[in-house]
Amino acid sequence: MHMTMPRVLQLAVTLLTAAFLIVPAIQSVLAGLTVNYFRGISSGLTLKWLGQVWELYAGSIALSMWLAVTCLAVTLVIGVPAAYALAKSPGRMSRVLEEFISLPLAVPGLALALALLQLYGSMQGFRTSWLFILVGHVLYTLPFMVRSVLAVLMAMDLRSLEESAATLGASSWTRFRTVVVPNAMPGILAGALTVVTLSIGEFNLTWMLHTPYLKTLPVGLADSYASMRLEIASAYTLVFFVMIVPLLMAMQWATDRAQRITR
Amino acid sequence: MTLTITNASKTYPDGTRALRPTSLTVGPGEILSLLGPSGCGKTTLLRIIAGLERPDPGSEVRFGDEDVTRLAVERRNVGMVFQSYALFPNMSVCANIGYGLKVRKVPAAELTRRVDEVLALCRLEDHAERPVTALSGGQRQRVALARAVAPRPRILLLDEPLSALDAALRDSLRDELAAMLRQFDITAVFVTHDQSEALAIADRIAVMSDGVMQQIGKPEELYRSPASAFVARFIGNAMPLPGRMEPGRLVLKGGVLPVPEAAGRSDVYVRAEDIHLDEDGPLQGTLETVSFSGGHYRLGIRDVVEDTLFATHPGRQAPAPGDRVRLRISPDDLVFLPQSGHMPE
Amino acid sequence: MTNRIFVALCLLPLAVFSMAFLALPIVRLVQASGESAEGWGIYLQILQTPRYLQTLLQTVLVSFAVALTALAISTTAGLFLARNRFPGRGALLSILTLPLAFPGVVIGFLIILLGGRQGLFNTLLPGHVVFAYSLTGLFLGYLYFSIPRVLLTVMAATEKLDPSLEEAARTLGASPWRIVVDVILPGLAPSLVAAGAIAFATAMGAFGTAFTLATDIDVLPMVIYTEFTLSANIAMASALSVVLGLATWILLLVARSFAGTTVAAGG
Repeated sequence: MHMTMPRVLQLAVTLLTAAFLIVPAIQSVLAGLTVNYFRGISSGLTLKWLGQVWELYAGSIALSMWLAVTCLAVTLVIGVPAAYALAKSPGRMSRVLEEFISLPLAVPGLALALALLQLYGSMQGFRTSWLFILVGHVLYTLPFMVRSVLAVLMAMDLRSLEESAATLGASSWTRFRTVVVPNAMPGILAGALTVVTLSIGEFNLTWMLHTPYLKTLPVGLADSYASMRLEIASAYTLVFFVMIVPLLMAMQWATDRAQRITR
Repeated sequence: MTLTITNASKTYPDGTRALRPTSLTVGPGEILSLLGPSGCGKTTLLRIIAGLERPDPGSEVRFGDEDVTRLAVERRNVGMVFQSYALFPNMSVCANIGYGLKVRKVPAAELTRRVDEVLALCRLEDHAERPVTALSGGQRQRVALARAVAPRPRILLLDEPLSALDAALRDSLRDELAAMLRQFDITAVFVTHDQSEALAIADRIAVMSDGVMQQIGKPEELYRSPASAFVARFIGNAMPLPGRMEPGRLVLKGGVLPVPEAAGRSDVYVRAEDIHLDEDGPLQGTLETVSFSGGHYRLGIRDVVEDTLFATHPGRQAPAPGDRVRLRISPDDLVFLPQSGHMPE
Repeated sequence: MTNRIFVALCLLPLAVFSMAFLALPIVRLVQASGESAEGWGIYLQILQTPRYLQTLLQTVLVSFAVALTALAISTTAGLFLARNRFPGRGALLSILTLPLAFPGVVIGFLIILLGGRQGLFNTLLPGHVVFAYSLTGLFLGYLYFSIPRVLLTVMAATEKLDPSLEEAARTLGASPWRIVVDVILPGLAPSLVAAGAIAFATAMGAFGTAFTLATDIDVLPMVIYTEFTLSANIAMASALSVVLGLATWILLLVARSFAGTTVAAGG
């Protein structure tokens, strides 16, 4: 690479930015594995903190995983058929509906949570169940699923494919099952990974919707940041990284793949 | 299976009339071509036959004795080859071909047998397990055809099946397609904008323009005795010879052409291949352009009529632009049409 | 037609869900904002109360600064990464896009590790630099989650730029600097506007980071939170939420008319 002055500057900015993003993450990983963070690595490495995190927060981690899986199931059931219907009806009403369900992308989670709380807060059975948090997660992740699938459906020649399946004798449901869904798979996969990744990391809505008995992983994180020693908070953050980073990478891989189709 | 269409028409909600009331019959095993420029309504008619487009009230489509006008597309049992082929990218060649049988719940053994049979007919045995995305254009076209005929449809519909191919391939596949269609012996309707495709493949051709069927007949009929200026121009590119009709002769800018007495008051058309260079010819003009097209020269000649007249010249040499040339047209080769009232442009 | 019924059925679950959990709650939120003694005058009250007004102003300023800085940094890095191939590029790209799905709370914690009382800077530098709990910390936190989003948008837009435009400019004798100013930046402009707007809107509504850091900084989401939970001033919390939601929504709507893509929001 030929190094000119502007290029050196660009590289410097890039490297500094990368350092800004990665250094605290590394610190956190190290802190979670160090016997005493204030004395430094020299105090030795340990898995003690991770063990304590497990004791304290195993329930939160399990709840987050359960929420992510159910959230994925719900967004699949609602989102994939909806994306298909939106792709089939290119009218103004569809665009308005698409815009409307995308509101949670623009409107802060805090505001949505307040809205949900005020309408359903008095329904005790619902308010205190995990389903209430699930609703928040679905609300927030659904637009990602719909848009991801919709983009792939719009990029392929859906009309001809469906028409040819119809001339071959396939009913609406058969066409949806055998032609639409398999060909939308890259979009569904990208959407699914996005939904799971975002659900596991969701905090804004969850913090408002959760109850003391239903703490998700990020809620537990906030809790540990406020009340635990730094090593435990770090170890817990490390657990979160271990869960989220592979998901994030898979999500980016799948999104890139889906976007290559839509281009 | 006889296909009978009675008064089929299509008006879009915005009032556009894509197809004016059209009636036609296609006999068992016959191959009919719907020929016309884009926007002439030929694809609309095809889609009405398929059941993909709902025709206006009063239209009727019959397959044999059965009225299928209100039957949903998936129950009509038609086979259709789409312009883009619309092969299912998520399936192999075999799965594509077997799709129609599978959704009809044909038992597995029977399905395999029928797919193999069609694979052989379409010479696709070597590609059976390949993904359709790995095929060439010509192979895709054969898969699309195989997929459409595998369920033994009552009517086979083809929408511009060769237009997605490049020119060189199109010529060779045209004859291949014609041969395969004969082999299937299915009543077929074939949409194209390319007259050479229609002439090569179809038993009969229906020429359409502006949502109206202009003429229907055997290829030779349409070529030799077109019913309208549009058909004459569209099939074989006939050129008008605007001049003054007198008994037994046509007075043109570049000379006087003998015509049969019976011609009467009519518009006269001629095709480039029927205009011959002849030193003793009655017509005279100035050569404007000469282009060599392999087997022959194409000559553009000025001053015979108002517009440039084109002639094909089979010789090994051609005169140079600017030369005065004399032309001969045999009266038998002239096309006479009822006078349109105004001079054709 | 049966297919039309099938398509309508496909839309039904979405319609039911978004009616029950999006449309009705929003209606309820707007309704609730008018249920205090002031009635709808509460929106006027926001503008008349110095604390709310100052909060609003401070939130807008911080978000604006974040959007501008993120644009400057991410455009520089994004153009560099899109146009150069070198060993380690992939790793660098991964690092720069990693925080995309980090929740705001985690980012707040990472900022504390950098600039908190026991943070990296405070340990390394003798001057005792603590910035995590101030506006600077908040700014850095917002920057942390904005950079990856803007970067991805810029890189995607760069890949879509027609390289022959640049080549044309080069054959016409333009210097690399002129090419950036005359060809690349105008080509990227719509995406930059969109990405900037997303960064701005996300910063406006970010709650997690502020929640972890901002013990005494008034930004809009924190004020909404305290009004709701501590003061039980539900009408005011609702009114502020409506204002915040409307602002970010309209902003993104306008920005999207410039360019199409929305990169995964989070925070």
